Amino acid sequence: MTEDIASRRAARGRLGWRINAVGLIGLAVVVFWAFVAIFGPMLAPYPVSEIVDFDYFGGMSAQFWLGTDYLGRDMLTRILYGARYTVGISLAAVMLACFIGVTMGMVAATVGGWFDAVLSRAIDALGCVPNLLLSLVIVAAVGSSIPVLILTLAAIYSCGAFRFARALAVNVNTADYVKVARARGERLPYLIREEIFPNIIGPVMADFGLRFVFIVLLLSGLSFLGLGVQPPNADWGGLVRENISGLALGAPAVLMPSIAIASLTISVNMLIDNLPTRIRDRSE
Amino acid sequence: MKNLVEVMNLHVGAVTDSGRKVEIIRGISFSIAPDEIVALIGESGSGKTTTALTLMGYTRDGCAITGGHVFVDGYEVSAQTEHERANLRGKLVSYVPQSAAAAFNPSQTILTQVIEIAQIHKLGSRDEARRKAIELFRALALPNPETIGDRYPHQVSGGQLQRLAAAMALIGEPKVVIFDEPTTALDVTTQIEVLRAFKKVMQGKRIAGVYVSHDLAVVAQIADRILVLRNGEVQEAGDTRQILHAPAHPYTKTLIAAYEPVRHDRAAADSADAPVLEARNLSAGYGAPGQDGLPVMLAVNDVSFTLKRGSNLGVIGESGCGKSTLARVIAGLLPPARGEVLFNGKALPGLASKRSKEELRHVQIVFQLADTALNPARSVSDILGRPLTFYHGTRGAARNRRIDELMDMVRLPRALKNRLPGELSGGQKQRVNFARALAADPSVVLCDEITSALDTVVAAAVTELLQELQRELGLSYIFISHDLNTVRAICDEVVVMYGGRKVEQLLPGQLDGGARHPYSQLLISSVPQLDPGWLDNLKQNAKIVEQFAHE
Repeated sequence: MTEDIASRRAARGRLGWRINAVGLIGLAVVVFWAFVAIFGPMLAPYPVSEIVDFDYFGGMSAQFWLGTDYLGRDMLTRILYGARYTVGISLAAVMLACFIGVTMGMVAATVGGWFDAVLSRAIDALGCVPNLLLSLVIVAAVGSSIPVLILTLAAIYSCGAFRFARALAVNVNTADYVKVARARGERLPYLIREEIFPNIIGPVMADFGLRFVFIVLLLSGLSFLGLGVQPPNADWGGLVRENISGLALGAPAVLMPSIAIASLTISVNMLIDNLPTRIRDRSE
Repeated sequence: MKNLVEVMNLHVGAVTDSGRKVEIIRGISFSIAPDEIVALIGESGSGKTTTALTLMGYTRDGCAITGGHVFVDGYEVSAQTEHERANLRGKLVSYVPQSAAAAFNPSQTILTQVIEIAQIHKLGSRDEARRKAIELFRALALPNPETIGDRYPHQVSGGQLQRLAAAMALIGEPKVVIFDEPTTALDVTTQIEVLRAFKKVMQGKRIAGVYVSHDLAVVAQIADRILVLRNGEVQEAGDTRQILHAPAHPYTKTLIAAYEPVRHDRAAADSADAPVLEARNLSAGYGAPGQDGLPVMLAVNDVSFTLKRGSNLGVIGESGCGKSTLARVIAGLLPPARGEVLFNGKALPGLASKRSKEELRHVQIVFQLADTALNPARSVSDILGRPLTFYHGTRGAARNRRIDELMDMVRLPRALKNRLPGELSGGQKQRVNFARALAADPSVVLCDEITSALDTVVAAAVTELLQELQRELGLSYIFISHDLNTVRAICDEVVVMYGGRKVEQLLPGQLDGGARHPYSQLLISSVPQLDPGWLDNLKQNAKIVEQFAHE
């Protein structure tokens, strides 16, 4: 009997944490970029803004693995440093966005009534302004700095997180166990923290990943338009902008940061689409 | 071959998600003569539906017939190709599902769906099929047989839809019909009409049937023979009367014994005692308040009752009668529009959030479905521990000790402490559900249909437990149910509700013949008895049925 249960739980455990090949590849690439974001500057072969080559838009060579940029700076170094901005700003923004959005969404769903109605309509109104346009206006008005970028991106993407979390929480909120907790006299913080959040965490995690991808793309877009991270520093979007004139030459200086952006966003998508069942669907 | 259906040494296996092979059906054999109805009875997970479905050569996803033979009218369906089987389904064997509401396509008229089988098998023109369908509607005692087919599924009642599903199954003139718990989701007063219609049509057309059910009393009315299944094996097979009156197998005996829970004697409630809970002219409902200050959709209308300390009050009625809303009002989940709830003579605030912890602690609610009443993300000890910490501030070792005590009280092994609800059986979940209410150390427990979703034997055990705990802890229960047998066993007084109103208050002894109100009489007389002749001998006043039954 006990043995049977033990083996069943072991089987469940194996099943629950198993991740398929596609998810594993995604995970590997994400871990790689996370590693680069943390330790990149230590690995960089050259100082970040030093002109190391007389040639500009140099091709790949043993000396400059990813070629050189429009001023003759080492591209590998630039990308290693840029990862910190792209991944760091996006991660900070997405965490902030999801924290604000999910918390407000759960509160709106749990409280309900006019509070929910007013908050939902207000956020719908904010959400219907195109993301890029809104962020351009805010950043142009306030001026670009890293905290401003993080806050702007977070504010814009918390609308979607709010709507997503609210829709999930409304369903959970009608479950009998939430009614029992209410009848017990539990207050709002307990209800959202213990009764609702654990039961929407799976989809919220998937949404977190997706939102991260959107933020990476929007940040890169802003930098590409010149409103993101300011020179001499550059995130990946900024690197593409700096070296855009090399496109005609087929220079790795413009291709490599684009590939970096693509590999990060695609692998995050691959990972969240194939999360282990344990995380993706905790109710099963 | 003499028999219409011959099942020989049937084995059905499945592969679980973790890749383990399990055997669901372990060597079942039975036969069905033409025009005979055989019932498959057993608790959930006993393999009754799986067995019935093999007559169509069908198994659910992930399952497969791994051994044995199934012959229907000379065809070995277990050895046929999917194409050959599809050709027989609807023509030779057909199926009536448990929930007709889920089986009909809501966007097509009923007639289109009923005659679909005739069209698929090219059994004549559309007009012929239509004529045949109307004939069937008439035979199944459906109102307006000529035009009911032009309606959409949501425009007819649940009982009618179930009969329409039977018409759909019968249109291809099959030789065997599989009924999969077709009346389980219906109210008792509706169930009678549906059962009568099924019985009449099956006898009239001399069709063989397999009737899958967990309700012995229902099966007794319609089946010629009964197969008692458990864990994929036949426990006992026999004539209906023999199974009911002279069961041979111990499991069958338990099943029949569980049908009528035993009433335990306990010290009678002291009538001089002040009532522990009292409801005064409660009205409540849903939607915006109208001109009279009452909600648009009034679910509870002017209901009063008193509950004495240590005694039990039953609330019976059919779905939609307002009995669950009444429980919600008492628990403070829905504020009453009028009237008040008094605890120990003191009025309770309408909303739980306005009540003090002490007031909340004394009145606990237990919901029907333990599946949804337990947070799937929290372990048993978390679930039981929360009310301890919340109401009593118990923490650490004291909390663990109390959790162990609670688990002992409801007869749960302590080893289950760290399991999640998904890893427990139905009966275990309901025990956790109940233990959580006990953790608050309450005076009154509102039990909202807590045994309805359980198998008979498990439900009887839970009922027994409730009575035992009452003796030990001096609890009072408000027992909301549609199951008269359980109510009779547990309650000291019974309130009958209809359309949001309390129509009558009875003593349990009066449930047999003592009811005055016509609705109470109808409701009580509609509960099937363990007597094969009950349905045929049942006489109900057609006018009253028309007035009150949810048709």
